[in-house]
Amino acid sequence: MRAADALCEALKAEGVEHVFGIPGGANLPTYDALYDADLVHIQARHEQCAGHAAEGYAKASGRVGVAMATSGPGATNLVTPIADAMMDSVPTVFVTGQVRTDLIGTDGFQEADVTGITLPVVKHSLLVTDPRQIPDYIHEAFHIASTGRPGPVLVDVPQDLSRAEIDYTPIEGTPELPGYKPPTEGNIKQIRIAAKALANARRPVIYGGGGIVNADASEEFREFCSSDRLPVTLTVMGLGAFPAPHEQWLGMLGMHGTRTANYAMDEADLIVCVGARFDDRITGKLSEFAPRAKFVHIDVDPAEISKNVPAHIPIVGDAADVLPKMTREYRALNPDSSRLEEWWKRIRDWQTTYPLRYEDSPDSEIKPQFMVEAMYEATDGDAIITSDVGQHQMWAAQYYHFTEPRRWLNSGGLGTMGFGLPAAIGAKVARPDDTVVCLAGDGSLVMVCQEFATAAFHNIPVKVFLMNNGHFGMVRQWQELFWDERYKSVEMGPSPNWPKLAEAFGWTGMQCTDKSQLRESMQTALETDGPVLLDVHVTKDENCFPMIPAGAAARDMVG
Amino acid sequence: MMGEPGTQDLVRLEDLEASRQLTGRKHILSLLVENKPGVLARIAGLFSRRGFNIDTLAVGPTEDPDVSRITLTLDGAVHPIDQVTKQLHKLVNVIKIRDMEPDGTVAREMALFRVSAAVESRAEIMQFADIYEAKIVDVSRRSLTVEVTGSQDKIDSFERMVRPHGLIEMARTGEVAITKSRPEH
Repeated sequence: MRAADALCEALKAEGVEHVFGIPGGANLPTYDALYDADLVHIQARHEQCAGHAAEGYAKASGRVGVAMATSGPGATNLVTPIADAMMDSVPTVFVTGQVRTDLIGTDGFQEADVTGITLPVVKHSLLVTDPRQIPDYIHEAFHIASTGRPGPVLVDVPQDLSRAEIDYTPIEGTPELPGYKPPTEGNIKQIRIAAKALANARRPVIYGGGGIVNADASEEFREFCSSDRLPVTLTVMGLGAFPAPHEQWLGMLGMHGTRTANYAMDEADLIVCVGARFDDRITGKLSEFAPRAKFVHIDVDPAEISKNVPAHIPIVGDAADVLPKMTREYRALNPDSSRLEEWWKRIRDWQTTYPLRYEDSPDSEIKPQFMVEAMYEATDGDAIITSDVGQHQMWAAQYYHFTEPRRWLNSGGLGTMGFGLPAAIGAKVARPDDTVVCLAGDGSLVMVCQEFATAAFHNIPVKVFLMNNGHFGMVRQWQELFWDERYKSVEMGPSPNWPKLAEAFGWTGMQCTDKSQLRESMQTALETDGPVLLDVHVTKDENCFPMIPAGAAARDMVG
Repeated sequence: MMGEPGTQDLVRLEDLEASRQLTGRKHILSLLVENKPGVLARIAGLFSRRGFNIDTLAVGPTEDPDVSRITLTLDGAVHPIDQVTKQLHKLVNVIKIRDMEPDGTVAREMALFRVSAAVESRAEIMQFADIYEAKIVDVSRRSLTVEVTGSQDKIDSFERMVRPHGLIEMARTGEVAITKSRPEH
């Protein structure tokens, strides 16, 4: 069979049903194979968005997302989603066309060394040099992308090789890779020591992250946290792994986390980190981060342990394996819950003194936080929410109380503006029965608005709730607070007319500027068939608080 | 009391210590990698983007044609070696990494020195070569080219000896290393 057909067969053997992409010269053979293959191809309008859609698909479903692009500019347009998938550990496979092998290295038309360009931002990449490798590399790519700490894998396929005739039989079992043996089971001795330290801790905090979601270990995590009255906080990537609200829930931690969560970290004597990586948005000033704490660090990636914060009890393993063992060991010790009394008293004091709050407008003006609360009510807190990056993302994290994992899809690590719309498209393709809402920022949405065409063309009924404040709001906030109100290039101006723009692409366009109409508008948008954009005009200069200024310590939160 | 596994004693938090990050000495890392295109670029790229500095690097074949050996040295006073090896392990083409124990390792480097050798200093340079068990591999009227093999220290020391005579050019391979075989019983 033709190697390009074998590529499609290998994708199907891996359980793929949907691929996102754009054709071009160098991947013509693959698209010719897709003509007959039993795969649904979602035709994006920019390769970056094909990549983010694949990420959204993967984040919403836990399955590997697949994106395709042609050589040269098609492939370089994938760099951002590849880097994004690397930072957030999203299982994804990117298949790029490459120029013919006789043209490689000659600066041929639409040639770019995409394996070279993406080297620092892939979990692994495979450049095909023999047509027989094509299906094998697809299987290897899926294995690597989806196991251990997930991530993006690139397969670069020269045009001539994908036209060659090869024999193909799907592989059985997992591919043999001599240098790839991801750890799974945690060391039981280490787990026991961790349980014994936790049973002795008087001011413990459980700090969870996206690793719990990636491991599909939310149940195990909840079970572990409920072994005792252990205070729980999550990173922006982990939201949903533990239900909010809950009496043990401190709120999100980090730069825009709650004071309670950040103060608890600051005063903790033992921090149990599960599937998170002590990112600078969590630690603030590293030298003053959690100065009284000892650290248990559970992660499937050994390189994360002691990378930023030295771990006292490192545990390498998959959260789904380690957490049940931790729970068992901890319970067997019959720890005395009353030792946590004082700690909870202190936490309750913070919660009472510093609740998440904002001042609502006295008139019809819509505060952005109010918009998130309205969205929570309109969707019964039960939608898949995607977001872009900036203030609206942080407000969503603060005010939309996620109770289940894989409901909150955002670009946490790379912080990619424009992630929300394509991710929503991918999520809706993966989970057609769920309501998928993209809470967009107006600065971000305009970067990817050509994807309105994708949703309209394939009739993917996503809803975009645009938090329109006419600014790059987070940058405006920083210029106000830290750059002497010298506002430069943060205003978006009057254009575009968003409802008209959406309608031009075949969407339903709506607008809301009055608080009293908002919930009803959202309801209408959710009940309208097909893709809908609801342009919501919110306060232009609202700041997102509380916050840890960059480089400051948690106890120096402002706002 | 550390609350050993198997006992009911709890672990006192005061007793917990995090492992030290910097070792303060030179490390030789010996990597077995798949002999595939781009592997060296992956390793070099990893070092540059993580801010690790390689002191020396040597690449060559092994007894298995599918496997190459990369020997590199770096400074454990500057870099957390543990973090370096863990990052290297994440590269799919890296099969095995050994942080070579100084006492259990034979490490050698080869270097070529072209030294200006006027008639009056020629004898002294040749004497140095003799002491260092080096070989004269090329001679011209104005210079001598000397081949030295040995530990990094030995080559450093030879360099110090000949530099005052005028070191025209120097080429060093970087160390390669192999573990010593255990004494047989």
